Amino acid sequence: MHSSDRREQQHRKSARQRSLLEVKNLSMLFPARRRLGQARAWVRAVDGVTLSVISGETLAVVGESGCGKTTLGRAMVMLARPTAGEVSFDNIELTKLSLGALRAARRQLQMIFQDPYGSLDPRQRVEDIVGEPLLIRGVPRRARRERVAELLGLVGLGPDAAPRLPREFSGGQRQRVGIARALAAEPKLIVCDEPLSALDVSIQAQIVALLKDVQQRLVLTYVFISHDLAVVRQIADRVAVMYLGTVVELADAAVIFQAPRHPYTVALLSAVPKLATRSSTSQAPPLVQGDPPSPIDVPRGCRFHPRCWLRERLNNPEICVSAEPFLSGGDKHLSACHFATELVRHATLDFDASASLSAGDSR
Amino acid sequence: MSAIEASPSVRSTIIWRATSLIRQRPALALSILCLALVALVALGAPLLPYGPFKQDILHRNGVPSAFHWLGTDELGRDVGARLAMGARVSLIVAISSSLIAVAIGVMIGMLSGYLGGFADTLIMRFVDSMYAFPETLFAILIASLVKGQLSGQAPALLEPLAEAYRWSGGLLGVLLTLGFTCWLTTARLVRSQVLALKNSEYILASQLAGASGWFIVKKHLLPNAQPVILVAITFVVPNAILLEAGLSFIGIGVDPPTPSWGTMIAAGVQSLQSYPHLLIAPALAIGATLLALNVVGDALRDLYDPALRR
Repeated sequence: MHSSDRREQQHRKSARQRSLLEVKNLSMLFPARRRLGQARAWVRAVDGVTLSVISGETLAVVGESGCGKTTLGRAMVMLARPTAGEVSFDNIELTKLSLGALRAARRQLQMIFQDPYGSLDPRQRVEDIVGEPLLIRGVPRRARRERVAELLGLVGLGPDAAPRLPREFSGGQRQRVGIARALAAEPKLIVCDEPLSALDVSIQAQIVALLKDVQQRLVLTYVFISHDLAVVRQIADRVAVMYLGTVVELADAAVIFQAPRHPYTVALLSAVPKLATRSSTSQAPPLVQGDPPSPIDVPRGCRFHPRCWLRERLNNPEICVSAEPFLSGGDKHLSACHFATELVRHATLDFDASASLSAGDSR
Repeated sequence: MSAIEASPSVRSTIIWRATSLIRQRPALALSILCLALVALVALGAPLLPYGPFKQDILHRNGVPSAFHWLGTDELGRDVGARLAMGARVSLIVAISSSLIAVAIGVMIGMLSGYLGGFADTLIMRFVDSMYAFPETLFAILIASLVKGQLSGQAPALLEPLAEAYRWSGGLLGVLLTLGFTCWLTTARLVRSQVLALKNSEYILASQLAGASGWFIVKKHLLPNAQPVILVAITFVVPNAILLEAGLSFIGIGVDPPTPSWGTMIAAGVQSLQSYPHLLIAPALAIGATLLALNVVGDALRDLYDPALRR
């Protein structure tokens, strides 16, 4: 047990830095305001995202509702064909494959869904749900049954769960079934699309622990989509912050929580409710005002400028409206802000991770 | 957070809900009884002591008596026996033609909903235009076409079909006609259900696992469309019975010696003034059967309403 753990750890280390999934200039546009079959406007759900997911890591994608997180996640596993850009997995360019080839190639890409009620077929028994990827691969009945029992054990469900229907389970248990189904395909990468947002806080902690445990044992790579920064802090190695279809900041989790370099990230972090209020030192923490602009009419220049608190404090510099900032700032910490370096002086961030993040690793 | 609750299996829940529904609605119990009677009579028709084709020329147009319970028709044939034989025809028509119609409807609805896009638009516009066309008119069109092709000198290719047509006394033509007429509603219902299901996350998960379109239809779409298909059947069956009667009434349905409720009504209308009982018996039979079917259909819809499920 211990030796195998160590071996896996080493395996993880050596696998480090090898990028498993590459996304280049990915765009996903949806036609809006159709007229006579012609799109007259486009919803820019994902607008030129470039990312790479390193083997063995957990990359969190965070952002407001409607910023394109889910669309990005679905495009990563090619559930929807991107409008433009490339997705390659394990050096195979998925965007160039035919439908049949894609079906075979993406088996190693799985997804855990947000809604534990909608993601399980209400008419299938748990064993059929979990066994479906095996059935599709042509695993014979008996082997399938054994494997399903094994997988159910792995996600913490007893063998008595197998013949039951999804409706007989609570949200957390259903989510475990969803995880078992994803694992049945023997994936290398799992996109977790807000797998916790429909669950109680106490159940969330259990599922987080389960996801971590499974990741350790099976050497998995996660793309973890969430709007819950407390959870992200617990599980992520790196964080990509999305705003209005683009990535505005990308860095190691520890770095991004300590020293964010984009005003939007700062605002997101300070919006996390805290249990213990420290004595506020100076200004009130910057919060984002109002609703995000429509992804149909993306603001010119920096997408964030109409809501940016930093721009206000800098007396509305021209460049924020005239030029679009691109992700830059070296390898480790990328940010798409013209004033990323000046941000530190203006943000008195009293986001204290340890105080505000409760749920912890308790199981 | 409730743990696994002990719930009875789906099937027994349905049975339990059905019995409680019957207790609540006396009309439903009566309707089921009525349908059971029709089915019994249809099954037992050949066992009746007095055959439907036997003529008693001395007692033509006889009023109901102890021997001929429902009287005799213009050729002296027993109306009761013919009614029972007609029930048989109606039932066969109802069941077989709805099977054909629902099969066509499910297939087209699934295809349309699952493919989406241009194919969906094309298929649904076709269905819309069929809807705009009066159903009875369309049925008459197909029925006369089928009759024309199969009853007379049939082309060599259609000879086996024509044989079956003659053997069934024109019933086959009615079945084909109704099958091709009554699928529209089913197709629409199934399509809308597929549209609702198609983007559900369990279908996405299935696609991720590498499932083919056929696998998804078979394992997820068909089982989950089942309540809707059942509801569709409750619409199609009474409609088919009514259309069959209508076709037989105007003489392009079941061929004359074979008794059918529609042909009996047609004969009864001729002598409505002098012998109203010849019309009343089959008309009542059709009316009662359709009413009962509708009541039972309503109950089934309530029982299987997809909105109430989960």
